[in-house]
Amino acid sequence: MSKGKFGVHGGQYIPETLMNAIIELETAYEFYKKDKDFQDELTALLNDYAGRPSRLYFAKKMTADLGGAKIYLKREDLNHTGSHKINNVLGQALLAKRMGKTRLIAETGAGQHGVATATAAALMGFECEIFMGKEDTDRQALNVYRMKLLGAKVNVVTSGTMTLKDAVNDTMREWTKRVEDTHYVLGSVMGPHPFPEIVRDFQSVISKEARAQILEKEGQLPNAIIACVGGGSNAMGAFYNFIPDQDVRLIGCEAAGKGVDTALHAATIAKGSLGIFHGMKSYFCQDEYGQIAPVYSISAGLDYPGIGPEHANLFDTKRAEYVPITDDEAVNAFEYLSRTEGIIPAIESAHAVAYAMVLAPTMTKDEIIIINLSGRGDKDVAAIARYKGEDIHE
Amino acid sequence: MSKISEIFKNNKAFIAFLTAGDPTLEKTAEFILTMEKAGADLVEIGIPFSDPIAEGPVIEKANLRALSVGTTTDKIFDMVKRVRTKTQMPLVFLTYMNPVFVYGVEKFFKNCRETGINGIIIPDLPYEEKNEVLGVATAYDVDVITLIAPTSKDRIQTLAKDATGFIYLVSSMGVTGVRSEIKTDINAIIADIKQVSKTPVAVGFGISTPVQAKEISKTADGVIVGSAIVRIIAEHGENAGDVLFKYVKSLKDAIS
Repeated sequence: MSKGKFGVHGGQYIPETLMNAIIELETAYEFYKKDKDFQDELTALLNDYAGRPSRLYFAKKMTADLGGAKIYLKREDLNHTGSHKINNVLGQALLAKRMGKTRLIAETGAGQHGVATATAAALMGFECEIFMGKEDTDRQALNVYRMKLLGAKVNVVTSGTMTLKDAVNDTMREWTKRVEDTHYVLGSVMGPHPFPEIVRDFQSVISKEARAQILEKEGQLPNAIIACVGGGSNAMGAFYNFIPDQDVRLIGCEAAGKGVDTALHAATIAKGSLGIFHGMKSYFCQDEYGQIAPVYSISAGLDYPGIGPEHANLFDTKRAEYVPITDDEAVNAFEYLSRTEGIIPAIESAHAVAYAMVLAPTMTKDEIIIINLSGRGDKDVAAIARYKGEDIHE
Repeated sequence: MSKISEIFKNNKAFIAFLTAGDPTLEKTAEFILTMEKAGADLVEIGIPFSDPIAEGPVIEKANLRALSVGTTTDKIFDMVKRVRTKTQMPLVFLTYMNPVFVYGVEKFFKNCRETGINGIIIPDLPYEEKNEVLGVATAYDVDVITLIAPTSKDRIQTLAKDATGFIYLVSSMGVTGVRSEIKTDINAIIADIKQVSKTPVAVGFGISTPVQAKEISKTADGVIVGSAIVRIIAEHGENAGDVLFKYVKSLKDAIS
């Protein structure tokens, strides 16, 4: 009966009002994932519109500076719209088109998923509404304007903690109001089945490419893949095709905010417990009565109290490791990559860079790390400047 | 027949909802008894949740108010125990899956039986996931109320077939909240349900006026009102008793 399980995690914990829409989506996806026309059209969009395949770049200066493992960057930041989010959005938008939907709705944290959804909506002629917490519309004002420029309506969410969790709540509420013509473009490997599977499949292009690219460049598999984890879509995409390669370490970096020993973090694996929320059974930051905790991170994209069910299972089965990275470590890595390689990463991706800076020096020179550089940092520049005490406003 | 089903035997049932701990648990206990005196046949007690995704702003805010004054599941069980000494009316919880799951399913339903809770409504627990609680709830004589939505269509009869206590027919798309007009063809859905189930059908979501309640009760076995009651409590706070009594009585009279 219960579908979409990853170990004990996953499932479909949603109101009855949405069940038929979820079943319709599952049926459509089962069909189109095997449909050659659909896959060809998606590949053409990913290549010609989004700029895939993304480059696997050898970070020579960073490697020399850290003095250990060779570091490669999977450049998802070079995709159209500036992050990995476009991979999933083009897939879901194309699916929604085939299903006859005319309207897309989506939640967004940092605004990257919202921008990608607004972009796909403009391209394919959908009406589009984005839900974004007030806290995030303030710290990511530039992305709000980008979405409006692309023709989307941005709804500012003022309930709860006014961040990503609340944006998901309000997008789900909106979907129950209007489900016939509307597809909910969920932005991460979370929510009710089939979303964790759909988003993972559309993001798995990252590891499919990276695996082939590293074999071509180095003739061997990497020793570790490092990616940041909020809900976990870029990490899932970066891990997926390496899961059968047991010798490749899969490392997810969670947002530790001001530190996992403070109340101000979003480190779900380090500090969370098993729960059922946002359509799925997984790990959540919550109290003893199951009230979801108000989480915190400098990174709006990682500021989420849960994690996708497949990650929860990769953790349970010890196939993947999850490490907490603080705001300070992420900001340091943000500056480090900018100065060392001339690449300004998204503050989300900087969490992965931060852990590579710890890990690489402990490894030998013939070992290899791939960092999934999930997005570019233009959107974060003003906020980081403020964090560093400079009075810059957009 | 479950204790819940009995309230539908000789009359159209009026079902009232309030959020536990809004404004205080003492007042919740008082308001439950006030509403019973005014004619309510069953009260749904909302266990507040931080992220109630099926609720509109009125009930969502009540959830957050209740949590902000320190309401917990344990304190709610204590309140129910006290109320149970003063009434035989069926009492039903409405909450989300996470508070039940994290509390511990076994401990939760054991406490339900011990304190006198007769049923539970969990909006984010669809038919496909019902085994998360059904076996344990049944073992402790707690009915897990089945929800049917305007979008249920070909699922209606599957859902209705196994229903116990009453069937909660969601009148409208979207979240809870007062609506001026209910567009769903309630009668057609009720007819579908009645083909396969003898379980009484109560209609909720959006109902607030005696006129709406009367119209719905022509075909439904009961009427559920939530947001309108929660709004009265939000407006009048600790002094809501008199207004609540008059309001609930006006609705019960309309369907009698």
